[in-house]
Amino acid sequence: MKDIVIDIQRLYKQYKGADFFSIEDVSLQIYKGDFIGVLGPNGAGKTTLLSMLYGLIKPTSGLVQIDGKTYQQNEKEIKRIIGVVPQEYALYPTLSAYENLMFLGSMYGLKGKELKQKIQYYLAYLGLEAFAHKKIDTFSGGMKRRVNLIAGILHEPAILFLDEPTVGVDLQSRLLIVSFLKELNAKGTTIIYTSHHLHEVQELCTSIAIINAGKVFALGTSEALMAQTQTANLEEAFLQLTGINLKDNV
Amino acid sequence: MYKLLMTIRKEVKLLARDLGGLAVLFIMPVFLVIVVTLIQNNTYENITNQRLKLLVIDHDQDEVSQAIFDEVHALGSFEIITTLEGKPLTEERAANAVLKGDYQLAIVIPKQLTQEIQSYIDANVEEVLQLGDTRTQPKEKPLFKQKEVVLYFDPALQIAYKEGIKAAIDRIVTQTENKFIYGAFASQLDLDSTSTLLKQEALFAFKEISPLDLHHEVKPNAVQHNVPAWSLFAIFFIIVPFAMNLVKEKNQGTKVRLYTVPTGMGILWAGKIITYLVICLLQFYLILGVGKFVFPSLGLLPFIIGNQLFNLSVLTLCIGLSAISLGVVFGTIARTQEQSSPFGATFVVILAAVSGVWVPTFAMPTLMQYIAKISPMNWGLEGYYTLLLRQGSLWEIRNEIILLLLFALVLISIALFYDKKKRSL
Repeated sequence: MKDIVIDIQRLYKQYKGADFFSIEDVSLQIYKGDFIGVLGPNGAGKTTLLSMLYGLIKPTSGLVQIDGKTYQQNEKEIKRIIGVVPQEYALYPTLSAYENLMFLGSMYGLKGKELKQKIQYYLAYLGLEAFAHKKIDTFSGGMKRRVNLIAGILHEPAILFLDEPTVGVDLQSRLLIVSFLKELNAKGTTIIYTSHHLHEVQELCTSIAIINAGKVFALGTSEALMAQTQTANLEEAFLQLTGINLKDNV
Repeated sequence: MYKLLMTIRKEVKLLARDLGGLAVLFIMPVFLVIVVTLIQNNTYENITNQRLKLLVIDHDQDEVSQAIFDEVHALGSFEIITTLEGKPLTEERAANAVLKGDYQLAIVIPKQLTQEIQSYIDANVEEVLQLGDTRTQPKEKPLFKQKEVVLYFDPALQIAYKEGIKAAIDRIVTQTENKFIYGAFASQLDLDSTSTLLKQEALFAFKEISPLDLHHEVKPNAVQHNVPAWSLFAIFFIIVPFAMNLVKEKNQGTKVRLYTVPTGMGILWAGKIITYLVICLLQFYLILGVGKFVFPSLGLLPFIIGNQLFNLSVLTLCIGLSAISLGVVFGTIARTQEQSSPFGATFVVILAAVSGVWVPTFAMPTLMQYIAKISPMNWGLEGYYTLLLRQGSLWEIRNEIILLLLFALVLISIALFYDKKKRSL
């Protein structure tokens, strides 16, 4: 039996002034080494759910435990073992990739030779070694995504949250990011990941949560979801669970 | 400590890469202080030393108008102009020239002013001398209708300046009237025109003594007033780039990442605050250097720091901290740079206005004087003046220092609380 690393119980989030719940009664258990894909249409609540899991926003009610700890009691300890790759590039455009990573790595307590070696290793791994000392604002979208990813994993977290890490990148960058994530997961990192690329999710994830209007409609492997919905592929299963209509919500 | 140093290093790099921002932080304040001091120094010179062109339409053409001319000439503050483009001035032309702002002042001396004043004064003097003399039948006093010396002022002329000119002209007219009165007495009493009784001498004069003159070299002047006042104004503009820095982090998404690292917001903000505090101090030193070394080459008096550099540095750090704390609040509340920048800049201008940077607080309405007392810029200004003009010590500005530090502490706490609260919404 694998250890539960993330325990979500009856989680609710209603933003101030909103007349609906962005997350409503979500309960999930995520096990060590899982690669969970969170799928859902725009505005379904994916980013809100992830933001509560990595402690950016507070839930209206419910419980989030990371490695048996809550943010209220052990915020710093939790932050040391999680890594976050936000949807935005979240980098300083006028600093070089190396300078960004030096600063962000140091915020996790990494320093000296160890930090430099890690930066060099990951930059090389993700094909950015030659651009280490170029400013971020000269980078393409794909290059920025890769630096963004490195900034989230420099401290080698046990749990990694990724919010659409491959959005707006070319195929080459996407394949590189996907293979990198696979390797991280193979090394034992638990990954929770949102995306609109269903094939990518199907390829990567051990388990998929389909979320719509703040609620988790289904959870399981892609095969289990297809069987549950009696569909031939994940896309059909997704549409059957979330509906064909546009889901715009303000 | 390591994280704090890395945050400072990052902030320094971000600033170093922003040449436009650096120019705003260092060149603009220096430029501001030079321009304002030059302008204010020239304005002072205009009022005291320079000759103002005075259009005169003389309908009297007699002794009084000549006396006014003589007095005006003796004052040395006015240059009398009686023709424009080779033609004699008329009241209408003079009024138009003043209205257009080509000249600041025109004076119209009415017809028969000398004659009527003379006869009125003569009659008065005669009446005075005949008081108690029952043998002489009193003469009938001529009817006197008050004469108007008309003054045309440029509408754009500032009230204080206008009042100064009016007072100067009033003094001239009064002196001329006195001369006439003394002359009338002399004539009635058959006194020699060289009689000492007819000498008009002021009965009292002003002697200005600064209490510090005996002990210190530093004398209050426009430079000693302007350099600290406008340095303060410039330092407070740190609000704008600081708030922008915070807003940028929100917009770039870096703030989201910083929320997720195991480093407290306090350290992240402290790194920024220390960096910008150093900038405030460097700004101040730069302005002091310009005041001391560049001002003399611009025809201004050099700024005298005396032995106050350490005390000034301590006070500047406290001022910088209170300015930055405002930047922290604006940057935390604002969502976009379009919100933070204009608001921050306008706020600094308002703060300067109510704090006595432009107009001394004692000259403000009572309500504004109370408001000035709760303004950090006013505390800073008072502190600078105490150190530079009253040769005070740190102990003497302890109240200002405490207020500035408390202000910063309260504002940064409010910003931290707001930031935390916003995440729980």
